[in-house]
Amino acid sequence: MSTLILLTATGLGLAALYFLVASGLSLIFGLMDVLNFAHGAFVAVGGYAAWTVADHVAGTLGLALALPVAVAAGAALAALTELLIIRPLYARPLDQVLATVGLGLAIPALLQAVWGADPRTWTLPAWLAGTLDVLGARIPTVRFVLIAAALALLGALQLLLTRTRAGLIVRAGVENREMVAALGVDVHRAFTGVFALGGAAAGLAGLLDGLYQGSISPGDGTSLLIFAFVVVVLGRMGSLTGTAVAAAAVGLVQQFANYLSADLGDESVVILLAAVLLLRRRDLKGRPA
Amino acid sequence: MNHVRSLMRPAGRRAAAVLLAAAALYAVPYSTLRLPGVFDGPLDSPGVLQLLAVCLLFAGLALSYDLLFGHTGIMSFGHGLFVTGGMYVTTILVNHAGYGLVPAALAGLGVGLAAALVLGSVALRVDGIGFAMVTLAFGQAVSLLVVSGSPALTGGEQGQTLNAGAVPAALSGVRNTANLYWLALGYLAVCAAVLWWLTTSVPGRVMRAVKENERRVEVLGLNPYLFKLLAFVVAGLLATGGGVVYLLLLGGATPVVAGSDFTLGLLVMVVLGGAGRRWGVVAGAVLYAYADQSLTRLSGSASVAALPGALRGPLQQPLFLLGVCFVAVVFFLPGGLATLPARLRASKTRVGHGVRTRNGRRAQRAGSRHSGLSADASATQPRSPIRRSAPQAGPNVLPGHNAASSTGAAEEGVTPHG
Repeated sequence: MSTLILLTATGLGLAALYFLVASGLSLIFGLMDVLNFAHGAFVAVGGYAAWTVADHVAGTLGLALALPVAVAAGAALAALTELLIIRPLYARPLDQVLATVGLGLAIPALLQAVWGADPRTWTLPAWLAGTLDVLGARIPTVRFVLIAAALALLGALQLLLTRTRAGLIVRAGVENREMVAALGVDVHRAFTGVFALGGAAAGLAGLLDGLYQGSISPGDGTSLLIFAFVVVVLGRMGSLTGTAVAAAAVGLVQQFANYLSADLGDESVVILLAAVLLLRRRDLKGRPA
Repeated sequence: MNHVRSLMRPAGRRAAAVLLAAAALYAVPYSTLRLPGVFDGPLDSPGVLQLLAVCLLFAGLALSYDLLFGHTGIMSFGHGLFVTGGMYVTTILVNHAGYGLVPAALAGLGVGLAAALVLGSVALRVDGIGFAMVTLAFGQAVSLLVVSGSPALTGGEQGQTLNAGAVPAALSGVRNTANLYWLALGYLAVCAAVLWWLTTSVPGRVMRAVKENERRVEVLGLNPYLFKLLAFVVAGLLATGGGVVYLLLLGGATPVVAGSDFTLGLLVMVVLGGAGRRWGVVAGAVLYAYADQSLTRLSGSASVAALPGALRGPLQQPLFLLGVCFVAVVFFLPGGLATLPARLRASKTRVGHGVRTRNGRRAQRAGSRHSGLSADASATQPRSPIRRSAPQAGPNVLPGHNAASSTGAAEEGVTPHG
């Protein structure tokens, strides 16, 4: 029983990370049809920004300062990417993707140049480093922080999308971008906004990934990105709840398969992806194919 | 005047240029020429030959990737898994099952063929971005299998040295680097020949058409899925062969080829040189492979070590420089290095006559690059085969005669079916 709870908590903690990365990717793709290969780099930059702050200011205060820094770093980098790289290439969709591929290669290499290839260790405040007792299972506190952060983001994004004018524009843009532009709405501002939002979530994911693993290295974001892609495909692009459900499914499947046999976890995710693609006769946005 | 002459350049002259290039490349190990600043020693020294051999191997791999990306318009992020397959199946059979090198390599090719058929038939059920993500996931699965699956078989993160006893004497040892160089050259020749043969055949023309407008191919009563699968399988098989050659060049298997960076590297080479343009792709791959290897070497040199820290760090990261160059090429040189001569000539002509613009050419290129990912874009993009194939674009279109004429041929080859 306690193993079951531990596996579930670990799987959901991982799912929370996947959701933080995939929600931004999914919104960006849904609205702009850009598959953002630089998203892993946003995660890594957020992670290193947070680590640097926490390295200088110890304890809970450092963590409290690291949080806004990570979010701001991710959001700023993403907004800059949209303005400087994506925007001039609107007429060339394939080149937009290729440019993000280039960024995705260059930024982690730059991080490696500055901070070195070796992992940097996070020292957690005492209250976060311990475990919590749930029905006899001792679960690291960090996992609950991850899950809470993901749920908070899910709630906030839902509110933003359903209750605000900006959210309305984004939802309408996912459905039909040309129509929204034809109605006289400046879709480009929504593009920058969605990119910044996705970048902020990615920056947060960078911080939380560091806490989860206890260390950060330049390639972390990129390896997270691959599973986030799987989540985005499974959850149907542009759908937030779909992404959340898919993230939970991928995280849980991975953890439970890993328990059966080490390394089976990642393979099982790929098999899950292949099975869903074969059985689902719809395109990636959920429209009938 | 110049453009009229090159417009009428006969096929014979192109063949002569290919033969001349092949002969020059073949003769490199006999040359003692020194190129200071480019290579450390004379051309026939083992170090330089090894570097050149890797460049040629990557040129072949990039050509195989271009069959997918440049000619058929599908973006795969799992190409490296075939290289990995060829490399590791051969190594494991030689080291752990006692096979000879040739039977092991043939078995590797067989596994590559089967994997390409299975993965291709699954992954091609989704289009564009979905396909890219699915192949990325497959590549990741193979990467994990190699790195942490069963270290006893694969050697884990360290890779595995190929059992020296199984390698023929002619292909081992520093003194025989020239043979390895010729092996890599032969691989490039095979890739180039297969690509040339396939792209000029009828299925190859349909592949071109799938790239330009998949829906139209469907309307013509052809099944794009089968042609995409054919391209995927041929490219996968070529990449598997490349894995075997790479194994011999390195003397062992390395998990680097399984990483996503490896496949992204192939994509960068193709885009850098010019997708769908053979000489461009070869040039892009050779440049990338050369830069990747010599930047690593350069970063250890005294001149870089003397730089201040803020400059030195990024310069020691080949991927940083390559990534930045890649973004720059995507931005300022759409169509890649292969369009460079045309651009230079166009700007010269424009100065001379004051009337010619290269906008037409640009718009045309941009249009043709839409189709790869978004079905909506290709559906709304008006396409006129007449405008594309007609030589009216004048001097600007010339150096791209390869691409321009084969695109025209693709359209012509398909239209009669309708």
